[in-house]
Amino acid sequence: MTSFLKLVSQLTWRARFPLFAILLAVAAAAQPAGVDVSKRLDDLDKAAKSAQMAGDNAWMLTSSALVLMMTGPGLALFYCGLVRRKNVLGTMMHSFVLMALVTILWAVVGYSLAFSEGSPFLGGLRYLFLNGVGADPNPDYAATIPHQTYMVYQLMFAIITPALISGAFAERMKFSAMLLFMTLWTLIVYFPMAHMVWGKGGFLNGTLGGRVPAWDFAGGTVVHVTSGVSALVCALYLGKRLGYPNESMRPHNLVLSVIGASLLWVGWFGFNAGSAVAAGPLATSAFVATHFATAAAALAWMSAEWLVSKKPSVLGAISGAVAGLVAITPASGFVKPMPALLIGFTAGVVCFFMVSKVKQRFGYDDSLDVFGVHGIGGTLGAIMTGIFATKEVNDLRMGKAMGLVDGDAGQVLNQIVAVLIAWGLAIAGTLIILKICDLVLGVRVDAQQETQGLDLSMHGEEGYNFES
Amino acid sequence: MKKIEAIIQPHKLEDVREALKGIGIDGMTVSEVRGHGRQKGHQEVYRGMEYTVDLLPKVKIELVVPDARCDEVVVSLTQAARTGKIGDGKIFVFDVAEAVRIRNDDRGDAAL
Repeated sequence: MTSFLKLVSQLTWRARFPLFAILLAVAAAAQPAGVDVSKRLDDLDKAAKSAQMAGDNAWMLTSSALVLMMTGPGLALFYCGLVRRKNVLGTMMHSFVLMALVTILWAVVGYSLAFSEGSPFLGGLRYLFLNGVGADPNPDYAATIPHQTYMVYQLMFAIITPALISGAFAERMKFSAMLLFMTLWTLIVYFPMAHMVWGKGGFLNGTLGGRVPAWDFAGGTVVHVTSGVSALVCALYLGKRLGYPNESMRPHNLVLSVIGASLLWVGWFGFNAGSAVAAGPLATSAFVATHFATAAAALAWMSAEWLVSKKPSVLGAISGAVAGLVAITPASGFVKPMPALLIGFTAGVVCFFMVSKVKQRFGYDDSLDVFGVHGIGGTLGAIMTGIFATKEVNDLRMGKAMGLVDGDAGQVLNQIVAVLIAWGLAIAGTLIILKICDLVLGVRVDAQQETQGLDLSMHGEEGYNFES
Repeated sequence: MKKIEAIIQPHKLEDVREALKGIGIDGMTVSEVRGHGRQKGHQEVYRGMEYTVDLLPKVKIELVVPDARCDEVVVSLTQAARTGKIGDGKIFVFDVAEAVRIRNDDRGDAAL
């Protein structure tokens, strides 16, 4: 200090002035830091949280849009290419109109019945008319995105699930009856099942107090088992299309189906990786598992068909891809890439035999194979989730075993319980709803309308007006 | 006048048109049709459902020529459309009673 003063005293006054100014400035800057450390930490905390919310929210809004794209145009194209030309618009309309119809149901009552706290089997009315669903996150479901983002993301799942069923009654269901059926089905089957698996306090919820904790990352039971099994019930109740199986019912444009299936594959990243409800490493893991399973399933179906039917068909490859996407859905956030390949491969082979052999043997007309692909693929995926779920991917039990590979065989049983509940609810609910629709409106078009095609008889339009 | 109706393989249409152009025949009517003779159809399999598709896509060419040119046209057409495999098609020749050019009322060979 003395040497410093000595040095200063040796400087001329001109040199002393700037030094003094620097000392003053340092003192001024140092003072507030000492007082407001906690305030600055708070600010930093807020800035970090807001940055995380911005990142997660961007991914979740993107995912929501991707999942909507799976229904329109994805599923609409996939299905419409598989029907005859006279039913192309009617088939697309099944998917498209649900994008509107289910949205209204969801806003009024659906989100509340699925996601507000209620009984273990159905939610309550707390979020009726989306009351209280705003910008603040709901920490039970997703702590880093607005509650409204979570709500609209889940809505997209509620749209595609009933749309999947429409493939089973393609080319023969009355449009008015279809609307009534879908309204009731969403209320009686989808909302309760979504609540049981994903809602707080739901019977099968794995993390929020379920009695039988089952893993269903993105909707194997909620979406695919319910829609696939309901589809079988619809196909049996409505009966075969006129002329099936003797008349030719070849797909009228497989090009559209290839585009549709490819859009489904891409959209499914929103479906599965989005189900991490954040943009972190779990989303990456689900993304990778989804992609790997789909690739394996496409090749598996194609190869099985090559061996059995002598030709590797394009329809086989795209059907296999969809079967793989279905099967990996419940497992996507719980399994590593190699089990994902195995799940996809199994789904490709099993669904091929369901669709090409078992359906033929029993003779039911599940027109676009919703049961064979979604019902069977979903069931298979849900059970295999119990086998391959591991804490190394998703440590929901804080270090304890997640599935059979971790040493918890009981999880496989839980998965089977979830599958059985989904089957039971889908069969009972769909039968009752079909009976109601049949009494009120009649579910099936008459023979003349069916021969003419749904485009003209239901909608007064044609898909292809070549002479115009 | 003779009407020549040829049902040929669709991919042979361009060869036939070139050949006919080479002997000075420009006018014709072409339509896409479906049918089969001895060839019968093929099998298509969609998700295990087998369909026999026996009406196959073909192209039908219709043209009317003066009697004197008929044989020459039939020979040229046959050579151009032939692949030597089953399914190459058929040619039918009819007598034509009258031809009229709508634009100016030309009749008979003058209308062709």
